[in-house]
Amino acid sequence: MNAVEVLRFALRGLVSNKLRSALTTLGITIGVAAVILLIAVGNGASVAVQQSIAGLGTNVLTVSPQRAFGGGAAAAAVTRQLTVGDAKALVDPQGAPDIRSASPVVTASVTASYGDASHDIAQFTGTYPEYLPTTNNSVASGSAFTQDDQTQARKVLLLGPTAATALFGTVDPVGKAVLVNSIQFTVVGVLNPKGSSGLQDADDTAYAPLSAVQNSLAGYGGLNQIVVQAASADALPAAQAELTAILNARHRIADGGAPDYRVLSQEQLLTTRTQTTQTFTVLLAAVAAISLLVGGIGVTNIMLVTVTERIREIGIRKAVGAPKAAVLGQFLAEATLLSLFGGALGVATGVIGSRFTISGIQPVLVPSSVLLAFGVSALIGLFFGSYPASRAASLRPIEALRHE
Amino acid sequence: MTPVIEVTGLTKTYGSGPNAVHALRGVDLTVWPGEYLAIMGASGSGKSTLLNMLGCLDVPTSGSYKLDGIDVGDFEERQLSLVRNRKIGFVFQSFNLIPRTTALANVELPLVYSGMRRKQRRERAFAALELVGLADRAQHLPNELSGGQQQRVAVARALVTGPAMVLADEPTGNLDSASSAEVLGVFDRLNASGRTIVMITHEDDVAHHASRLIRVVDGRVATTVGATR
Repeated sequence: MNAVEVLRFALRGLVSNKLRSALTTLGITIGVAAVILLIAVGNGASVAVQQSIAGLGTNVLTVSPQRAFGGGAAAAAVTRQLTVGDAKALVDPQGAPDIRSASPVVTASVTASYGDASHDIAQFTGTYPEYLPTTNNSVASGSAFTQDDQTQARKVLLLGPTAATALFGTVDPVGKAVLVNSIQFTVVGVLNPKGSSGLQDADDTAYAPLSAVQNSLAGYGGLNQIVVQAASADALPAAQAELTAILNARHRIADGGAPDYRVLSQEQLLTTRTQTTQTFTVLLAAVAAISLLVGGIGVTNIMLVTVTERIREIGIRKAVGAPKAAVLGQFLAEATLLSLFGGALGVATGVIGSRFTISGIQPVLVPSSVLLAFGVSALIGLFFGSYPASRAASLRPIEALRHE
Repeated sequence: MTPVIEVTGLTKTYGSGPNAVHALRGVDLTVWPGEYLAIMGASGSGKSTLLNMLGCLDVPTSGSYKLDGIDVGDFEERQLSLVRNRKIGFVFQSFNLIPRTTALANVELPLVYSGMRRKQRRERAFAALELVGLADRAQHLPNELSGGQQQRVAVARALVTGPAMVLADEPTGNLDSASSAEVLGVFDRLNASGRTIVMITHEDDVAHHASRLIRVVDGRVATTVGATR
């Protein structure tokens, strides 16, 4: 009696009941495929989020105003607004060598119209020209507005592709005049698409010189943001320290005092979003693991039925001298073969399935999840098969033979 | 000469207390090599229980059992399976072939568990089938064979390891007279070539093939007919 013979007996046992073997295999297949596919979907989602955040620029800090809380009941502090002066003070090659540029940003909610077409632009931004390269925006046709446009407060406009299509359709917008809240702006260029990041359409935008927007639309109040570009991604912490020092000095905030502004790096945004998608992945994996477990219980169930149904056969084998180990081996091998075969099919299904886009997410296969799912499916065979197999093997031959 | 079977004071009790069933109440039996022993007895007399003990399919409650001179009384499960494999060939009333498995593979089965190589195994199994006159049915499945043919396959399986004895529990009980004659013919030839046979039967004319006859009544050996060598 050797392993090959035991394996041959096991195979013969499986083949002699094809439908049952196939159904049991199906349970494991679904479990393994679910594990691989759902983890790939979760991973795909997190990769997509990382890419869209990386698209915003990795060496960028965003400063936005925040109501200062001095602590205690008398906390109704004076909120100092962020000003253009703040932004200009940040660009200081001596005091802040790690800051390359600082762009003040005001946003307005506007309705633009051209001819009969009218469109609410999701994000209408007034800023400096260097804002565009800082945030990875590039011009598809026409040209960007210039420092000269900013100085002269010319009413010129760059449209995002979504806004451009909504207003102009197939007409080339460059050089056309649009009315923005009844004020006439001239379109100088259209941006390249950036795709959507989460809920927002990053292409439903328009950019104009800060001076023009403040003049005609937003007024000369505080800024909504200052977007600061560090010299490089590595210089980001240094840039943040310099920025904090300069703004604290300008806003007269003592060391340790609560600042009236808040600095957010893309890095932080990235971390938060990644954590969210990781939670999502873990949740999916848990669901998948449960389905794998259910598949395993299916194997136990079928093996129990198989053992009960074949008690006479076990009796015959023992009567002609099969040792306990051989019977144990045969039924363990049957269970393991079932789940290994199911596992292999599941891996194939999972790998093929992950090539398709699933509800807008392109799954990204995690190699370790394939190994894990396959390994677990093999273990399931051993673990869930061991109880029925040992029951079969410990029967006394005469008990087994008398079984009807 | 060592007896093939030497049993003294063998008892078997099922259950315990007032509900205990005494299937065997102390059996003494000696079977010599080359003997053809028939065991007769009414239903419930304990003859099947006795044969199961002799075949190491069941363990006695008390008493000693020497098989081929070896005391198997305190053998463990592992050693017992070895004894069943090497020393004993068992033939059942209900054939007990493994379904959906060819005649040849059924005959090969004990050799697989004894660890014989595939090629040698094939030859031995084929020779055993030839001996029972079924060489041409080697690749047939049990459900493609008649009852007599199935029982002859079972006899071939019992023989194939060259055991010390062949035990048969009413081998003709489920067969018509023509098939019975075939099977008994095989047993006769085996005995003629020196094989020890112990067979349970209900029928007198079957028992007449044997060289010795014992009757089991209420768990004891009652009478012995024929020569004890």
